[in-house]
Amino acid sequence: MELALFLIFGGLAVLAGLNLLLQRHPIHSALSLVVVMMSLAVLYWSLGAEFLAAAQVIVYSGAIMVLFTFVIMLLNAGEEERTTGSRAAYLAGFPGAAAIFCLLTFVFLSERKALGASPLGGYLDNSVNNITEISTTLFTRLLLPFEVTSILILVAILGAVVLARKEH
Amino acid sequence: MVPTAYYLILSAILFSMGVAAFLIKRNIISIFMSIELMLNAVNLSFVAFAHMWHQIQGQIFVFFVMVVAAAEAAVGLAIIIAIFRTRRTLNVDQINLLNS
Repeated sequence: MELALFLIFGGLAVLAGLNLLLQRHPIHSALSLVVVMMSLAVLYWSLGAEFLAAAQVIVYSGAIMVLFTFVIMLLNAGEEERTTGSRAAYLAGFPGAAAIFCLLTFVFLSERKALGASPLGGYLDNSVNNITEISTTLFTRLLLPFEVTSILILVAILGAVVLARKEH
Repeated sequence: MVPTAYYLILSAILFSMGVAAFLIKRNIISIFMSIELMLNAVNLSFVAFAHMWHQIQGQIFVFFVMVVAAAEAAVGLAIIIAIFRTRRTLNVDQINLLNS
C-alpha cells in the first residue's frame, strides 16, 4: 500500500515536473508546479511529517503559487519565444541535468542497503506526535532562529513593497 | 515498505528537472518557478532523511527552507515587476544591460 501511494504520487510529481519543463506558457508551468507541490505534500504525509504536509499545501501551493499566478496575470506574460541565445543553454542544460541525475541515482542505488526502508507514518524518538515534537524544538532550542526568520519575513515584505512601488 | 533510496531518487529526478528548466527556459517567471521546483526537491530529501534517522531536525530544516522560500518569492517577484516596468520584457535574452 505504501509503495502504491509512493508510485502514484511520485509518478504524478514527475509527470507534472516534465509538463513544467515542456510547457511554453508560464501559467501552464505554474499550474504544473502546483500539482508537483500537492503530490509532494502527500509524500510528506506518508513520511510522517503531517505538519510539513499541511504547511506545504498552505504556504507553497496556497501562498507562493498564488503570488506567482498573480504576477503572471499582472504582467500579462505570454508564450516565450525561442531565441538563438538559448542554444548554448540547450547544449549544456540537458546533458548537465542528466549527469546530475545519473550521479545522484548511482550513489543512492549503491547505498540502498544502508539507507533502509521506511514504513508508512512516522515514529519519532520520544515523541507524542509530529506537531508536538516540532513545536517543542522550535520554541525551546531554536527560539532565536525562529524569531530571526520572522524579522526576515518582515524585511522581505518591506523590500517587496519598496521594489514594486511605482516611481514618481 | 518503501526504500528510502526511492524517495531520494524521486528527489534527484525533480532536482535535475529543475536544473534543466532553469537552463532552457527563457521566461524570467518560468526560471523563478524552476528554482522553486529545486527547493521542493531538496525538501523531499530532507524529510526522507529525517524519517530514516527518526529525527525531527530534518523537518525543522524544511520549515526554515519554506520560510526563506516565501521571502525569496516575494522579493524576486517584486524585482521581476520592477524589471518589467523598465525594460517592457520578460525574456532574459533581452535583459542584457551588463553584456554590452
